[in-house]
Amino acid sequence: MRLRNTGFIAFITLIGHVLLNFFRATGELCLFLGETIYHCLTPPFYGKALLRQLIEIGFYSLPVVALTTLFAGMVIALQTYTGFSQFSAEGAVAMVVLVAVTRELAPVMAGLMVAGRIGASMAAEIGTMRVTEQIDALSTLSTNPFKYLIAPRVLAGIVMVPVLVFIGDILGICGGYMIGVYKLDFNASTYLINTWEYLKPMDVISGLTKAAVFGFIITALGCYNGYHSKGGAQGVGQATTNAVVSASILILIFNYILTELFFNV
Amino acid sequence: MVFFKTQEETLLPKIRLSHLQKAFGHKKVLAGVDLDVYPGESLVIIGGSGTGKSVTLKCILGLLTPDSGKIEIDGQDIATLPRKEREKATAHIGMLFQNAALFDSLSVWENVAFALLQNKKTSRTEAKKLALQKLAQVGLKKDVADLYPADLSGGMKKRVGLARAIATNPDIIFFDEPTTGLDPIMSDVINDLIVSTVKNLGATALTITHDMKSARKIADRIAMLHEGKIIWMGTVKELDKTKNPYVKQFIAGSAEGPIKMEIKADKA
Ligand SMILES: Nc1ncnc2c1ncn2[C@@H]1O[C@H](COP(=O)(O)OP(=O)(O)OP(=O)(O)O)[C@@H](O)[C@H]1O
Ligand SMILES: [Mg+2]
Repeated sequence: MRLRNTGFIAFITLIGHVLLNFFRATGELCLFLGETIYHCLTPPFYGKALLRQLIEIGFYSLPVVALTTLFAGMVIALQTYTGFSQFSAEGAVAMVVLVAVTRELAPVMAGLMVAGRIGASMAAEIGTMRVTEQIDALSTLSTNPFKYLIAPRVLAGIVMVPVLVFIGDILGICGGYMIGVYKLDFNASTYLINTWEYLKPMDVISGLTKAAVFGFIITALGCYNGYHSKGGAQGVGQATTNAVVSASILILIFNYILTELFFNV
Repeated sequence: MVFFKTQEETLLPKIRLSHLQKAFGHKKVLAGVDLDVYPGESLVIIGGSGTGKSVTLKCILGLLTPDSGKIEIDGQDIATLPRKEREKATAHIGMLFQNAALFDSLSVWENVAFALLQNKKTSRTEAKKLALQKLAQVGLKKDVADLYPADLSGGMKKRVGLARAIATNPDIIFFDEPTTGLDPIMSDVINDLIVSTVKNLGATALTITHDMKSARKIADRIAMLHEGKIIWMGTVKELDKTKNPYVKQFIAGSAEGPIKMEIKADKA
């Protein structure tokens, strides 16, 4: 009887601990996000740091994003054809590629790729700065770490991920076109006309809005995990993993939420 | 500068710590530190490793929040100030970190000139000139300026950190073990630099050190931190005459005495 009792209490304690930790982490994250947004909007702005991050995120992520979206467009064309070949395949392939790429594939693929690349490197860089006291040193040199380190990164993410996704949109559609015309022998001009006809601004806009949100999620979580990392190399490694995993999960969740909001299903 | 009792009482301390407490989890690090540092004075804190000397400095800088107690800078209680004012009050403090904490994405001279480059009042060429001058003061040559922190030895990093701490001519400077990892000659150069910084700039300096030779040279007063409290305080002269067994053991560097090093594993 006694044994069962203590077991039960231990169980309750465990639940309590998990819940408390969860709420503490959520609260900490919310405070961090609030502070981040405040510092993104108020001067001083660090132009050089922002430019560096714009290049880091926009330019250096381009190859990965280009490759993934190109192949995503290609595979969608192929899959649609095998599924729809009985019907008027030409129109269907062009439309499905267009909708799938602009609404879903380009933002999600680019988001996940950038999360792996940028989220990880931000967490590692800021985490290393934290454990080697460089962040403390910043504040003693009258520079606010949020302004100098975090705001430029988050702003660059919000601006650059949509740019990447826009390029990804174009490349994905090109991938579909290549498969359609060179492999499935569609008429090139019909395919292009079909694509143009089905092109709805809303599809593209919703995709780019998602991209901006993903850009915020990736950079904010990368910075948050780095900023709160502790305990040397292992802590930094942990922060990096957390940044990528949490950003990836949140991207998929927010992708669903935003889709519901946009298309009101 | 030696202060007489009466003068001490009338003079407003630059920094006053009253009953400062700080614990990490269950571990109590500072158990009520009381300390006054007067303007233009060079105070040295000595004490065993892990007694909370660095933590004390970080509390004053606002990098750690004390659990209780009061920190006053120029008579203003830091904790009660709004955030902007607090940042302003601590912005005049230069700090040399124990591990230098150089920005590894910036070159040596950009590290030294960091604060100057950020406030945008000085041009880059001017800032570089000033950085080279500060680097020369800590015995580093021109060719070091364009290296990155990763290419420096431990002692060189320390000196770059020192140059960065004094680059803005702050009126309060904290040195966390400025001579650790330096050869004896360079240590003396640094000691002289600290003394002249305090004398020439009229700065108030708070230095942590284990190096008794350095402490004797730079200190107006010495305070000893032990088990989270200041247990002794006095001038260098008083240091040699003191009967305090803790201080005597510390300056003699003896393993025998009231300070017990925990080298035996605790009995579980
Ligand atoms: N951020 C922190 N989290 C948890 N514990 C800490 C933290 N910072 C310091 N401590 C603990 O506080 C104690 C005092 O640390 P501190 O760095 O002030 O020592 P110190 O007196 O400067 O020693 P040393 O002369 O070796 O530098 C140590 O036992 C350390 O483990
Ligand atoms: Mg220390």
